Amino acid sequence: MTAQAALIRRDIRIAVRVGGGALIGVLFFLTVVVLMPFAVGPDLALLTRLGPAILWLGALLASLLTLDRLFMADHEDGSLDLIVMSRTPLELACATKALAHWMAAGLPLIVATPVLGLLLNLDTRSTAAVALTLLAGTPSLTFTGMIGAALAVTLHRGGLLLAVLVLPLSIPVLIFGVAASQAAISGLSFGAPFSILCALSLVSFVVGPFAAAASLRHGLD
Amino acid sequence: MIKRNCNLEPIACEANRDYQEAMTLIDLANPSKFLSLTARVLPWLAAVTAIVLAIGLYQSATAPDDYQQGATVKIMFVHVPNAWLSMLVWGVMSLAALGTLVWRHPLADVAAKAAAPIGAAFTFLALVTGSLWGRPMWGTYWEWDARLTSVLILFLMYLGLIALWRAVEDPSRAARAAAVLTLVGAINLPIIKFSVDWWNTLHQPASVMRLGGPTLDRAFLVPLLMMAAAFSLLFVTLLLAAMRNEILRRRLRSLQMMQARAFSSEVDAGSREKTVPFGAA
Repeated sequence: MTAQAALIRRDIRIAVRVGGGALIGVLFFLTVVVLMPFAVGPDLALLTRLGPAILWLGALLASLLTLDRLFMADHEDGSLDLIVMSRTPLELACATKALAHWMAAGLPLIVATPVLGLLLNLDTRSTAAVALTLLAGTPSLTFTGMIGAALAVTLHRGGLLLAVLVLPLSIPVLIFGVAASQAAISGLSFGAPFSILCALSLVSFVVGPFAAAASLRHGLD
Repeated sequence: MIKRNCNLEPIACEANRDYQEAMTLIDLANPSKFLSLTARVLPWLAAVTAIVLAIGLYQSATAPDDYQQGATVKIMFVHVPNAWLSMLVWGVMSLAALGTLVWRHPLADVAAKAAAPIGAAFTFLALVTGSLWGRPMWGTYWEWDARLTSVLILFLMYLGLIALWRAVEDPSRAARAAAVLTLVGAINLPIIKFSVDWWNTLHQPASVMRLGGPTLDRAFLVPLLMMAAAFSLLFVTLLLAAMRNEILRRRLRSLQMMQARAFSSEVDAGSREKTVPFGAA
């Protein structure tokens, strides 16, 4: 357990220090949301209607953007080899790394959501609904994205390949995340889509670490 | 004496003047001299800032209410100076960027780095006070008006610039990258200024700085200018203090690097002492 705590502390410290990219994700999120009104026009009623979808797309892209640092930096300085060779099961180490990554890069996105909701003219209830669904859904984005990050690092290709690999996997989360927030806003049944969203997250907690560990084990020589 | 030289040899005189200018720049560029100078100037500057700010706040508090907007017009005395400074700070950073790229002035990148968070804070305050002002006036905290939006873009650019400073560990390499970005960003400043005339939508048009004199009443103009002076003084004070911190931080960094280098060369020497007899044997 101490090994996991140490790994989490180390990853978060690297992410927030000079050269780490955790807060750039939030800045990207903000920029994407600001760009949307330029595309659809400054119509506040329209932006209110599109708000949850815009926020979800922005969060999805922002969490994707920071994912390629999940294994790449460790691979470059050799600490990934140490993690692979250590006595801790690789699956557990992967889950720990993903958790640390979500705490450093995912949580700030949720914290920024109320401010962005203000820009999109969402009321308190809608903003709370989007923040809640993001809280339930972004861990799933990180844990499924980790599979793509592990594949990309073993193939020595980052960036676009990662995006192409991960984006199709995140479609269910996007569907049920936006559905749950729209249901909460319009007063329809919130429980069903939100439960499915939570279930998707839980499944990704199980599948993500195993798939990532397997691809790391077979890919790294 | 210089005049007589000028008559005889104009070219030499030009060179002489250049040389003298360079001398003053070099004098200013010495970080130790800068530190001792600012140590003497800063307390006085801070005191003057506090006094001017107090006068400005008193004047804004006693200014009459607007016949249309009521007491909320007083937000203007904080909002407008912040908005002006958000642009002025980028201008200062652009000059510093020129200093970094063209003259290689050693303090230019220190000034640019120190100014970025201060400018971001002014821009953020301008956005927040503007949105607090907009709530009673327009009935919404945020409106995608051209001027508001371009200030928001300015804020994003400040944040991006700070992120760039933080992304590169070596300060001098980061300085050149940030200088290029700052100069590119300076293109945004005139767009903000003239966006009011281009897309005259919801935000009221510029009423202080325009041809044909200000339309603002004297009762509002005097406190506003006083507050603008106070905020400018505040900026200079904060900038000098932040530059001092940055210089000291860099000294600390280079001392740590020297220490690490001395340590590693010691270790190298130690290992060589061990290996050489082994190789000789």
